[in-house]
Order: sequence, then C-alpha cells, then structure tokens
Amino acid sequence: MITLNVNGTTHQVDADPRTPLLYVLRNELKLNAAKFGCGLGQCGACTVLVDHEPIFSCLTPISVLENRYIRTVEGLGTLEKPGPVQRAFMEEQAAQCGYCIPGMIMRAQALLEHNAAPSDGEIRDYMAPNLCRCGTQMRILRAVQRAAKAMSAGLDRSREARQ
Amino acid sequence: MRVIIGLVVVVAAAFAAFYAWAYHGEMPPERSSAAHFDPGAIAKGAQLAAVGNCSVCHTQSGGKPYAGGFPVETPFGVIYGTNITPDTDTGIGAWSEAAFRRAMRSGVDREGNHLFPAFPYDHFTKLTDNDISALYAFLMTREPVRQENRPLDLMGPLNWRLSAAAWKLLFLRQGAYEPDQTKSAEGNRGAYLVEGPGHCGACHTPRNILGAEKASQAYGGGVGEGWHAPALNAASPAPVPWTTEQLAAYLRHGFADQHGFAAGPMQPVVRSLRKVPNEDVRAMAVYIASLTGGDSQAAQRTQAALDFARQREAKPWATAGTEGRADGSAEREPSAGAAIFAGACATCHHAGGALPVSRPVALGLSSTVHAPDPTNLLHIILDGIHPPLGTAGPMMPGFAGTLTDPQIVALAAYVRGQFSDKPAWSGIDTTLSTLRQKPQPRAEAP
Amino acid sequence: MNAPATALSRRRLLQTGGAVIVSFAMMPRGFAQDAQNKPVEPRPTPQLPGSLRNAPMLDSWIGIDAQGRVTVFTGKAELGQGIKTALIQCAAEQLDVAPQAITLITADTERTPNEGYTAGSHSMQDSGTAILHAAAQVRGILIDLAATRLNLPAAQLRTRGGAVHAEDGRSVAYKDLVTGQELHRAAQPQSPLKAPQDFTIIGARYDRIDIPGKLTGAPMYVQDMRPDGMLHARVVRPPNYTAKLTGVDSAAVERMPGVVKVVRDGSFLAVVAEGEFQAIEAMQALSASAQWQAGDPLPDADKILDIIKSFPSDDTTILNKGAPVQQGFRTLKATFRRPYHMHGSIGPSCALAIYEADKVTVWTHTQGVYPLRNAIADMLHLQREQVHCIHVEGSGCYGHNAADDVAADAALIARAVPGRPVRVQWMREDEHGWEPFGPTMISEVSATLDAGGKLVSWEYDVWSNTHSTRPEGPAGNLLAARYLATPFPQPKPRAIPQPEGGGDRNAIPLYTIPNGRIVSHFIPQMPIRVSALRGLGAYHNVFSIESFMDELAEAANADPVEFRLRHLDDARARAVIEKAASEFGWQRNAKLPRGRGRGFAFARYKNLAAYCAIALDAHVDRESGAVRLGRVVAAVDSGLAVNHDGIRNQIEGAIVQSASWTLYEAVTFDRNGITSRDWSTLPMVRFPLVPESITVHVIDRPTERFLGTGEAAQGPTAAAVANAIAHATGERLRDLPLSAERIKAAIGP
Repeated sequence: MITLNVNGTTHQVDADPRTPLLYVLRNELKLNAAKFGCGLGQCGACTVLVDHEPIFSCLTPISVLENRYIRTVEGLGTLEKPGPVQRAFMEEQAAQCGYCIPGMIMRAQALLEHNAAPSDGEIRDYMAPNLCRCGTQMRILRAVQRAAKAMSAGLDRSREARQ
Repeated sequence: MRVIIGLVVVVAAAFAAFYAWAYHGEMPPERSSAAHFDPGAIAKGAQLAAVGNCSVCHTQSGGKPYAGGFPVETPFGVIYGTNITPDTDTGIGAWSEAAFRRAMRSGVDREGNHLFPAFPYDHFTKLTDNDISALYAFLMTREPVRQENRPLDLMGPLNWRLSAAAWKLLFLRQGAYEPDQTKSAEGNRGAYLVEGPGHCGACHTPRNILGAEKASQAYGGGVGEGWHAPALNAASPAPVPWTTEQLAAYLRHGFADQHGFAAGPMQPVVRSLRKVPNEDVRAMAVYIASLTGGDSQAAQRTQAALDFARQREAKPWATAGTEGRADGSAEREPSAGAAIFAGACATCHHAGGALPVSRPVALGLSSTVHAPDPTNLLHIILDGIHPPLGTAGPMMPGFAGTLTDPQIVALAAYVRGQFSDKPAWSGIDTTLSTLRQKPQPRAEAP
Repeated sequence: MNAPATALSRRRLLQTGGAVIVSFAMMPRGFAQDAQNKPVEPRPTPQLPGSLRNAPMLDSWIGIDAQGRVTVFTGKAELGQGIKTALIQCAAEQLDVAPQAITLITADTERTPNEGYTAGSHSMQDSGTAILHAAAQVRGILIDLAATRLNLPAAQLRTRGGAVHAEDGRSVAYKDLVTGQELHRAAQPQSPLKAPQDFTIIGARYDRIDIPGKLTGAPMYVQDMRPDGMLHARVVRPPNYTAKLTGVDSAAVERMPGVVKVVRDGSFLAVVAEGEFQAIEAMQALSASAQWQAGDPLPDADKILDIIKSFPSDDTTILNKGAPVQQGFRTLKATFRRPYHMHGSIGPSCALAIYEADKVTVWTHTQGVYPLRNAIADMLHLQREQVHCIHVEGSGCYGHNAADDVAADAALIARAVPGRPVRVQWMREDEHGWEPFGPTMISEVSATLDAGGKLVSWEYDVWSNTHSTRPEGPAGNLLAARYLATPFPQPKPRAIPQPEGGGDRNAIPLYTIPNGRIVSHFIPQMPIRVSALRGLGAYHNVFSIESFMDELAEAANADPVEFRLRHLDDARARAVIEKAASEFGWQRNAKLPRGRGRGFAFARYKNLAAYCAIALDAHVDRESGAVRLGRVVAAVDSGLAVNHDGIRNQIEGAIVQSASWTLYEAVTFDRNGITSRDWSTLPMVRFPLVPESITVHVIDRPTERFLGTGEAAQGPTAAAVANAIAHATGERLRDLPLSAERIKAAIGP
C-alpha cells in the first residue's frame, strides 16, 4: 500500500510500487487530465507537478512519491471555477485537439510559480519539453502570458485587500 | 646589508629581464576585406575550427556565433571567451595575420597583452603556419558582430596580465607539431589534430596547482565545464578497452555500442566534428586509441566486460513472482536505490522486451558508471541527455524534479554497485548539492 | 408519388425571411427495404445540398424532444478542428435556438447519417451545408405548424429563442409543435435560409464547446473511458511489415499477475490484463519470447524515390492544353522531393470494444465510422448490423492514422474475451512504426517564360503511391487483418481522381498559363505503408509549384508577389494574395540584413476549397544552417466563415505543423524496418523553434458557400519557408526536409 497525496487528498493505493504515477492517476484515481503520449519522457503529455516541479508521470514510479505533494489539472480548478491558468487557456482558445493541453497547463503553472513575469523566450525555453502536434504553440504562449498577468493582478489585488 | 642590496638588485634585474622577455609590442591594425581570402583556405579553416570547436568557448548561450561572452570557469575565477568575429572595434577585425599567428603561437593579443591559458595556446602553438593562415581566413570571413568583451573576473593578482607571462615562462613550449618518425602518416595526422587544434588534453589531462596540464599524466582525466573528462590513457575507466573503431564511431556519430552515447560537453564536440572529413576523425581515433599504450589482454577484457554487463542487466517485469534478475535469483527486499531504478529507470534501461526501440547501451559498459567520481552520472540523472532542437539524437529525460536528493543518492549508489565492480563512491550527496545549485540547462539551439 | 416542390427563387426566399410552404416531396427511398428486409443505404438525391443528398430525411439531422432539447446529428467527427462548435452554430442560427439548447451527436453508425470520412476538408461543405439547410427547413416546418395552431398566416410569424412568435404577443414553443413525426419528411432542394445580414451566431465569436472540459479533466477522449469490467490490452507487433510469428511462450505470460489471456491468431499477438501496467509488462514479456521469421527486407532508403519511380505506374494526363513551347524563350527545370511523413498524433491511437450477444460495439476515434464498421464486419465475418461503431474523440489525427487499426485490434481481442470491454492502447513506438505515412513523392517541372516575363508553357510530372488505403468495405486495409492466420489481402489501391486528386492533388496550378501538360504517375506498389496525410499530394505539389514560381519570378526579374498576380484572374485568389502581402508589409525588392529572407506562397486547396496565401520572414544561421521563423502572416478565404477563430486556429496550427515537416521531419528506415520509432528519432518542432508570431486574416464571404479550410495552409507554408531560405542564402533547396545540415552544405563554410 502506498500513500499518495494528490491535489490535497490522501489516497491509499494498492498497486505495484513500480507502477508509473500516470497509470495510477488515470486508472485507480480516475483522473483524466494527465495523458499517455509516449511513456518515454519525450512529449510531456503526462506532466504533473510534484513538490512544485513539473515531472513526467509516465516515468515516475509511485514508490518515490510517498509524502510528496502531487498536483494535477484537476487540482488547479474545475469547470465551474477554473484556476487562472485554465481560465487563460480558455480565453485564448488555446487548444485544438486539446490532448497535450493538461500537460502544458501544469508546466505553465510551475513556471509561473517560479517566475511571475517570464519573457516570451523564457516561456519557450521552459515549455520546450512539451510537444503539441496540432500546432497550438502560439496560443499556448499567449495563454501563459495572459495567466502571468492575471496571477500578478490577483496578487496585487489581494495585497491591496490585506492593507 | 650588502647582501640585502645584492638580493634586491638581483631580484630587480631578474624582474627587468622577465619584463623585457614578457614585453610584446602592439601590432598595427589592419583591415582585410573578406573577398581577399581563397575559398580553399576558408574551407580548410572551417574544418580546423570544427576540430578545435572554437564556437563553444567563443559563443555565449543564445548568442551570435564567435561573438564571445561564454564564461570559462577555471579554479582561479571566470574568464569570458572573447569576440573573434571580424568586427573592427570589438572583435579581431583589425588583426593582421601576423597578429593572429602571434596569438595562436605565443598567446599574445594584437595590442601586446598576454592571454590567459584558458585560451589553450599551449595546444594551438602546435598548428602549422598554413593551418593558422587557413583559420585566419575562416575567422575573417565570419559575420562581424559588435559585442564588447567582458572583463576578467579572476582572483587578485591574476587579473594582472603579467601573471600569464609567468605561466608561459614555466609551461609554454612554443612551436608547430613535429612529426614523429615512428608513427604512420595517419598516426601523425591524428596526433597533430588531437594535440593541436583538438586540444583534447585541455579537458582530459589533470592540471597542477598553477593550472597547467601535468605532462607526466597526459590524458589521465580532468574536468571540463563542470563535467569529469575521463582518462583516455591506461587509466581509462571504460570497462571495454577502447578500440580505434569504437572511438571513430563515437567521434563520428556520438555513439559507440560497447560504450554508450556522448553526453555533456562531448555533445557539441561530436556535432562540430561532423564538418570534419572521415579520414581526419579516424586519424584522431587512431591517436587516442594509442594513448592507452596497447593492451595485450584487450580481447579478454572486452569479453569479460560484455559478459558482466549482460549478467547485471535486468528484465523490467516480475515473472512468476521473482524480481527479475537475469540470473533468475529473487531479491529479498530490494534496496531503496534498486526500487527506484526498477520503477524510474528500468523502463528503458533493461535487456528484455521489444521496447523501447531507441535503446540505451547496457549500463555495465558505461564509463560514467565506472568513473572515479559520480559527477557525470549525477549530471545525467538530473538533466538527462538531449539532442539540439529539431535534430534526431538520443534522449533521456532528466529526473531533477522527479527524485529528491536522498533518492538520487540512493539511486546513484545502487547504479554504481549494480553495474560496476568498482568501489562505492563517497560524497555523492555533497557532489549532488553542488550540482543542484547550477541552473538547469536551457533547450539547446540547433 | 412525387408532388412538385413550389418553385421559389432564392431572392424571394431571402426577402420573405422564412415563411415558406414546404411541400412533401419524394418519399424517401432511404428507409426502403430490400427483398431480405434489410435496410438499404439511401440512394443519392443529387439536387439536395451537401450531405442531404445521401440522407434526405430531416429527422436524420434534427430532433426536438418534449423538453425542447434540440438534437442535431452529424456523420462527421470532432478531430480537434472545432467542427462540433461550428455545426452547432449553423444549426442554432438557422433554427433560432440558443446554441446551449443543442446537443450534437457525432458519427455513430446507429444514430447519425453516413457522411463517409471526416476528411478532405469536407466537413463544413458536406455536413455544415446539410445542417444549415435542414435546420432552415425545420424552422420552416415549425412556422407552418404554428401558423395552423395560431390560425395566422405564416408570413406574420417570426422565430426566436426556440419558439414561434406572433405579432400579437402569442407564441408557441417548438417542443409543443413537434409531438410526432412532423420532422420525418424529406428535405427540399431549396431552403428558407436566414439572410447573412441577420446572422447573430454564425460569424460571431463563439467559444469551442469542448475546450472547457478538456482543460478541467472531464472525460473527453476515448482514452478516458472506463466502463465497468474493462480490461486492458496491448498488441505485440512484428519487427517489420513482413515478419511472421513462428513461436511464443503464451503460457508463461498468462501466469503473470493480472493477465487474463494471450490472444494469438497467426501473426497477430496480443495480451489482455486487468490492470494497465500489468498489460504493459505482459506485453514486454510476450515480445521477449516471441520468435519471428524474417520476411522481405525494405528497399534501400538512399534510393527509395528512384526505386518507387521504377515501379509500374498508371499514368493519367490531368491537363493537356495547347502545346509545349520551348524554343526561343527562357525555360527552367527543377525536381522536388519529399520523404515519407508521419501523422505523429500526440496521443497514440486507442479504442474500446465489447463483444456480447453476437454484436461488437467499438468506441473509436476513426475518421469514418461507417467504412470502419464495414471493414470490421468483414474481418470478423459478421453482418454489418452486428457491428456498431461510435466516434469518441482521440488526439488530432491529421488524416488516416492508426485509429482504424487499433479499432480492429480491439474488436479482435474483444471477441476473445466476450462480455468484457477491452481497451487497446498503442504504444508510441507502435504508432511511429506502423501508422500509414504520407507517401514519398517526386515531381519534375519545366516552364517557359516569354520575353515579357509571362509564363507561356508549363509541364509537370508527379510520381506517388496512393494517398488513401482507408478501410472501406474489405478488411484488408485494417492492419491486424493482414496478419491473421487466414490473412485478408490488402485491396488494390486506387487513385483518387481529379478534381480532388491524391498524389496529384493541387498538381494543376491555378495560374493562367496558355499551354500546359500535367501527368500524374500513380504507382500502386507500396513497399512502405502509406495513406492520407493532411493535404495529401497538395503539400508536395504546392511546395514544388510555389517554390518554382519564385525561381521563375527571379528569372523574369519580377517580384514574387507581383509575378503571381500577373498570372491570376481569379478575384478571390488575388484578394488573399494582396491581403497577405499588404498585412505583412511586403515590399518589392526589399533588401534584408544578411541571413534574413522572406518568402511568399499561395494556393487554392484542390483548386476547389479555401484560398490561402502566406508571407513570412526567416533567419538562417550561417554557421549551423538552422532556420528561425520570424513573422508569419496568412490570409484565408473560406467562403462563409462560421467561426472565425476556429479558422484562424486551424491555419495557425497547419502553419506550425507544416513548418515542422518542412524543416525537420522525415520517416527513416533501413532494410530491417522503420527506424524512426519515437520523438528522439523523428524530431518535431518545439517551442523555441516555433515562429515569432503568426497572424491569420480571415476574409469573410457570407454569401458564398463553405470552403474546406483544414488543409489549406500545408502546401503554402512549405513553399514560403523554402522561398525565405532561398532569399536569405541565395541557395535554392528542393529536397525536403530543408534541414540545417542541408542548408549548411549548400551555403558552404
């Protein structure tokens, strides 16, 4: 039995400890966002956050994840209340088939937690591990910029509110 | 009292002599049009620049080619590679060929300043006059870029250029490579390319306290850009003795099937060598293979290494309840490192099953695993291996975010123990902490 | 049986704004039954618009239930191109209901019309048109019904918000008008379409209905399905196309944890397990024990085009005009080459199937549920009614990828474990190694200019395998079917005739050239598996033609944009070219800094569909030959633009994808098989290499019909990139991909 903390909820998972997190997320925990794209760490469709870092869940065995903080797209927001990065992607209509987008959202979330105002070049470099075959990259870049502005505006507002 | 005065006079005289010896005048500025250069010379210069990989130290990350700005880290501080584009104000556009030759042979710039041996003129001095001319033709026909050179950032008195002169007095033997009568033409060619423009020893030879290569331990291993550059002589950590064929394949393709893939600073070296003709790459391989001094037991050692590697590789899946070891034995309780390896690494680093198709070489054959210290393995675990954007090449993801420090330490220790019969590494955790402080590499431009 | 339709002019329809008597015409043969009481496919009714000609009954397309919920049926599938949203917009506009009130049902062999494949950029032309007209006609019927109910002339009634309103304030909701079979009637050739100036939904911003779910973890893809009792399966494919399975230790694998069964039929080998990771491990173990007998080697990769060109070919002259002119004028020649290209779907193909009570249900992201159903029925020796194919989204496919193959795998495996749903997921290496590729192609062109710099003669030859091996009726185009113990033979490939074309798609330039001869060499023999990839032959033909136009422009001492305009009479073609050029800021004889170049290209997809012109600039690194794309400006004319943002999204995406093919991509193989098996061996563009900016200008023509847009930018992008490289370096490259290595070799030291 392995204890996993996913989006703030603790789960007892009865699976082979070598099982990659991706399959546990999708099958045991029934979370749809993280996707199988290659299983080789080449495409990023499986990207989730562990301790604030983006990782390839297709290559991360659950055995290394006890007591660590795992976040998926489902933890960032819901259909009714999307988080700022999700909202920015919706506003920019940054998706075609949409299959790669959850991985993009998680990686962007990590970037913006480390760097609140990234330049276009910094976003491109940071997002390079994630592939998009439909060619939605331009919109994704705009969505990340949009999210950056929204998140710092949100911070400013809550800072003001506290004063 | 007379003794003291005498000593002062002697020291002063010595210093004056030294200063006179060290003094170099300025060479007059000269403008040569790119149109003057013979295309054949430019082409030859391009190849030599490829062997020397000038671009690596003279181009900063994301910067224009040869415009300088790359931080060369030395034990004495940081020196920034200079602008060697033909820009007249900020580059070498005003340098005559004679001035360029003086820099390459003697380590002195056009204005007469001594250059620090981070610029490996102790190797470039071995270039023939013709080759220096060709390199000059190549550099003078590059795209001029206006970019000021960054000042030195060395410790204390070393910022004083005359210290470089002192270094040269002790360690620089000027002059072009003299062919060795006991070597074949190919052997001499290889020696020339490796010792001269290739400057392989600059990374692969240990240095003394003053930063000079230890001649008595040539190719005994060194450091380059924060990576360990393995020994290429008899002290080579490679389990399978390197042959000319394997070296030629490694230098040509970045891959040798009894050793592995080029990683870290060797990746740009291999890429650069693509512009070099096959005969020259082979000649370099011939010379480097000769550095081990020959090995009468090579065949047996090769077979033993292959057997060992095969025996230590595992199938990734559990069959009928046994943790898969090739020898069929079951692990009672796998160590933390073994468990991490089984889950995170064995997906690709295994011997059974059809996938992955792009398969890594058996870890039991890896020089990195057999190296005296864990630096390179930790680099690879943290950052992976990536080809330049838009090009095909081996890919391994990095695990910097996936694994915690204790997990990486356990993993590295496991890999060392499982895939080599060398003694355990010490200080894996301290090495890891140092590497963790370096910024993550950005995606490489093509 | 036929009552004449009331004769109406289109103008009168538009003027009256919709109150029209729709008469009953032509009872459908579509629901006729043949002698064995089996329903037959409806016979086409040619004068009906769009797909109505194959499915003329209005309630095949539109349904209104007692709660007022409107259901719209389409035979097309959402591939990520936004078709669901656009079709809802069409229906909502013409029906005068809120888009949120509409449920769209897509491609399902038991519920929706048969619209063939979602391919060829036909979705709006076929399904959009059908739904537009069906919805308009249904609105007409509702008005008539309300007229009767309210005892008012139809001309005095208006529709709004799902109800019919009278001027005196009375209204009747649609749900109260449709209580029986009122919509079960055949469509008419003419429809009371709403006038474009009255549109509030078509052409307005309407966000994609599927995006929010995809961004918040809703189950949107076939990969997300988890029916109770579902099993996981993986297939072990042979090492290459011709290897045969001679032995395998199934028993050992069946003892592995969670494994339910090993399925073997000839050389088809698969394993089924309770858990997904268990299935993967079992697949690995199975592949380790499998023994294969080698078959024929693949041809020499270095000579592949020469080899293909040497095979027997069916030659068709698709243009023969005037006589070739050569003497006394300036003549140029060139040869262009293209490697095999991958679809490279980011999510490898996946399908679910269940076999119970003599019926197979398959959930699949195929582009064509009906043809797939027919092929699976053939493969399993079932009647077509025993197979039910339901489209569920997968990742973008860009043509005929492995979606049909994995569906066949799932059906076969499901048959071996009846009563339990089986989920088959291809691995990345499977997709890279086994999907049907876009064929390698070679074209040779020769053209002659007169002294005034105008084209007088054009000769073009193109060689290609088929661009379609889609499953249709016979099973042999399904991969697994060819590896069974009793294999199905692969059907003989057929050329797709002009005007659509396959390898010769867009081989006829739109330019006005008085003399021309164009020959398409169709080569049936396919050493490497090929089929339809976005654009089909248009990618290569437009690359060739538009690269060559620049070479001709240079020979004529003309600006590339002006040279194209010189040869175009089509007003809409001129408009996209002028728009792209002016928005880009294209200046004649512009001198750019060293290493920078700009390129222009234009095509009308298939000479029938959307018009697209692209201008871009690029930087070529002198030392490495690497290309960085700068500003890209495109202009597109899709006729009536339902969802502008959807069009822009498609064109932007096509530009990035085509740039990736053009600069970086080629399938690689050696004698033993395909060697490009993942993203390390077939690199794709990544964020740092995507253009600096892409701007798409949509020229909206609301009175024109829909023009298919999804594939319109593939070819022009390739040529614009090639032209920019030529402008930057002075070197003309004609062999794709235009890799950094090739560019550097051309530039020299």
